[in-house]
Amino acid sequence: MSEVLVKNYDTEKLIKESGYDDHFHEHHHGDKYQSNFIMTYIFSMDHKIIARQFLITGMIWALIGAAMSIIFRLQLGFPDSNMAWLKPLLGKWINMDNGVGTLDPNFYYALVTMHGTIIVFMVLTAGLSGTFSNLLIPLQLGARDMASPFMNMLSYWFFFLSSVIMFYSLFIATGPFSGGWTGYPPLSALPQASDGSGAGATLWIVSLVFFVVSVLLGGVNYITTVLNLRTKGMSLWRMPLTIWAFFITAIIGLLSFPVLASAFFLLTFDRSLGTSFFLNEIVIKGQILDYAGGSPILFQHLFWFLGHPEVYIIILPAMGLTSEVLSVHARKPIFGYRAMVISILAIAFLSFIVWAHHMFMAGVNPFISNIFVIFTLIIAVPSAVKVFNWITTLYGGNIRLNTPMLFAIGFVSLFISGGLTGIFLGNSAIDIQLHDTYFVIAHFHIVMGVAAFFGMFAGIYHWYPKMFGRFMNETLGKIHFWGTMIGAYAIFWPMHYTGLAGVPRRYYKFDIFDAFGQFTELNMFITVSAAIVFGLQVLFVINFFRSIWFGRKVKSINPWGANTLEWTTPIHAGHGNWPGNLPTVHRWAYDYGKDGYEFIPQHVPVSEDESEVH
Amino acid sequence: MATETVTHEHDEDLLKPDWSGGGEPFKASYGKLMMWYFLLSDAFTFAGFLIAYGSLRFSMPTWPVPDHVFQTHPFSFFPDSWQELPLIFVTIMSFLLIVSSVTMVRAVQEGHRENKSGVAFWMLMTIFGGLGFLGCQAWEWTNLIKTEGMTITKNPFSNHSEAGTYLSGDELLAAGFTAHEVTGDDDHSHAGDHGDGHHHHGMTTYYLAPGVTDDIAKNRFWVKEDHHGHVLAGESFDENQPYLITKHSGNPNYQFGAYKTADGNTITKEQFGPKAFGALFFFITGFHGFHVFSGVVFLLIIMINVMSGIYVKRRNGYEMVEKIGLYWHFVDLVWVFVFLVFYLL
Repeated sequence: MSEVLVKNYDTEKLIKESGYDDHFHEHHHGDKYQSNFIMTYIFSMDHKIIARQFLITGMIWALIGAAMSIIFRLQLGFPDSNMAWLKPLLGKWINMDNGVGTLDPNFYYALVTMHGTIIVFMVLTAGLSGTFSNLLIPLQLGARDMASPFMNMLSYWFFFLSSVIMFYSLFIATGPFSGGWTGYPPLSALPQASDGSGAGATLWIVSLVFFVVSVLLGGVNYITTVLNLRTKGMSLWRMPLTIWAFFITAIIGLLSFPVLASAFFLLTFDRSLGTSFFLNEIVIKGQILDYAGGSPILFQHLFWFLGHPEVYIIILPAMGLTSEVLSVHARKPIFGYRAMVISILAIAFLSFIVWAHHMFMAGVNPFISNIFVIFTLIIAVPSAVKVFNWITTLYGGNIRLNTPMLFAIGFVSLFISGGLTGIFLGNSAIDIQLHDTYFVIAHFHIVMGVAAFFGMFAGIYHWYPKMFGRFMNETLGKIHFWGTMIGAYAIFWPMHYTGLAGVPRRYYKFDIFDAFGQFTELNMFITVSAAIVFGLQVLFVINFFRSIWFGRKVKSINPWGANTLEWTTPIHAGHGNWPGNLPTVHRWAYDYGKDGYEFIPQHVPVSEDESEVH
Repeated sequence: MATETVTHEHDEDLLKPDWSGGGEPFKASYGKLMMWYFLLSDAFTFAGFLIAYGSLRFSMPTWPVPDHVFQTHPFSFFPDSWQELPLIFVTIMSFLLIVSSVTMVRAVQEGHRENKSGVAFWMLMTIFGGLGFLGCQAWEWTNLIKTEGMTITKNPFSNHSEAGTYLSGDELLAAGFTAHEVTGDDDHSHAGDHGDGHHHHGMTTYYLAPGVTDDIAKNRFWVKEDHHGHVLAGESFDENQPYLITKHSGNPNYQFGAYKTADGNTITKEQFGPKAFGALFFFITGFHGFHVFSGVVFLLIIMINVMSGIYVKRRNGYEMVEKIGLYWHFVDLVWVFVFLVFYLL
């Protein structure tokens, strides 16, 4: 290889001389909304603060949601052990009998329900997309802030309100909602159906309605900001893939979450006003109820019309973050930029017409299933395009194996492993055997659970210097990565086998099934692995908060040698992001290794002798 | 991927295409774009409801016929022969709402002309239109609940034919039914499981289906009369078509359906129509009505702002008026769909 050239440029000078003067700072003398502690850190309208609020709230939820999974994994791995030691934490949900404590079965269902709800909505939707859309959309597009900072603030506070209600529901006497995170009727529609179907379900629904409001407020803002507030020269085809991912994610959310709200409104009427939208003839405890003509399948359709796009709402931001991190740390342009964008668009489009693959076993017409099988399997095409492009980006790259890069590569690995099992499950015939087994659990945890977390981790480690002006500890980061990577496969790989053997999900214990006795040790192994992985996440959280005050300080404004605009702001960017003019954009975000130069940032003008300009 | 050279890097060139950043695509401000995106998401909320409507409706064997459900009106000065005019009242409601869209357009237009009093006047007209619509909806709901006995859980409009026709007594006789008379109290005691203290005095005619000799309550069919005692006439009675035959006196219990099968004489009975009809009607028109109500409140606030002159200071051509205008037209558009599925189909 020839020597690597370093492009000489002076960011400050470039922005001052060729930047775009939007007269921002002339209008904002005094900066009213950053004048005191409350306005700066609590009711902040600055997108960078709101991003951190989303992130930290999401991290708290992640710890709660993950801790719940450890408790029910203990039940599954060690069903006969004495759980009396959990009594101080769980109180009456541990049933005591002669000094031996067992987990209350009703609470087991509440735990799996809340684990799903919390991780899917609170962590991987709000915590992931909320954090990085907020942080990166204005910074990478060269905008002062979101289109409506006020609505952006409301978006966080509606999420906070939703969080408070959901958290409160954990502590009520009848327990939180226990009908599964999908909230199917009749368990969600009849308050008398189970313990968790009463007040727990009411709070669950109310919380998620506020959550929808938060997503819509955020989404309207993200879309408008991307379309209207790009700096000069930032054409759509020059946007980094992160922004494309957040942009399309916001569109998916804007179109699918309202339908969830529709379903919840109808459900609320069934619950409290006696309508029969989702209820048909039903008998509970010997009592014939006065419902007729409704359809629980209708709820499933409405739910999964959100529910399936929701998995792309979760994974697309992780894909965007991964694309950016891979390119920066491989010191290579992302392979097939346009193909990456088009595959995001294709995934987003297809995500709206595959929802019934969650309902193959719900009694839908097999002919309809065929159509959904076809569209589902077609999603493999854009997904594979992305995977091949990530791998090709790595190929021949000058790879820095630091923590963000490791997590980004880990994302690709997990996305492949989990994606392949998706092809099994997308076939309605194979789904007859695999539906509601641990095979499904393994599939979606790898492909949209752990993978999305890996994308999020890659993003956190990579943009931590931008958020806090310091680096996270690299050694702890690598321990975090390798432990989680190995641990995640140790947890979910065996579940494929138990699932193929027919072990059903959501069961409290399996001791009456002789056939599943062979998995006793395997279940112990999974539980132990899960506990270790949980410990590593605690380590990550410690690393995160410790580094805010004690991390290695960032010395230059562009520590990774990245091309995107967020690295042209001061290390501690104030309100309005750029102190003077806005930078103008002269190229795409991926000029790495071009014409022998290691990297050429987007705001550097094109020189006369450059080969190709994107 | 266009190749550019240094000479292209001038300001005017960067400002030119809307999509290259530094400008507003669609020439719309971010505020108006946000309203559009909100409306897009709101459209999906309504779509969710209307799909629920379609799904439930088409899973039912029968559905009430709008011409008969929505044929009352409060206009006492109409001649007797006009007492029941299908869809007349909802036509007036819809007209009010559509006209309020026109006045909204005028308000926006006056805004472009920077004519403060014009904007305020036409917004006031729009508010009147919205309030008129809400008033009509209030009357319609009251009438359906109080007079017709339809609630969110009960639908007194039993099975109707697709053609929306009822049988008169004469036609029942012609179709082979036999007529019998009973006193109101007597027939009530046999009227079914739902007798609950409603009494009807005097003689009432009921009919037995062809071939039915067993004169028990569940075999009896009652001819529909409207509130004025008119028997609805002029219907046909086709094979495989369900019909409502009812003595309709505000008591939803006195309703029976007839069904003629291919072999000509088997009859079944239905006391109530599909529950979903009432629930969906009140839910969806209520949700739309709530949108109209919110719109009126926002119109009022913005109209007051217009009159206070703060938009003159902002010098952005009354953009707030345009934004609420977008919302108002959207609510009108949604009504077109609600009107279509509940009143026309």
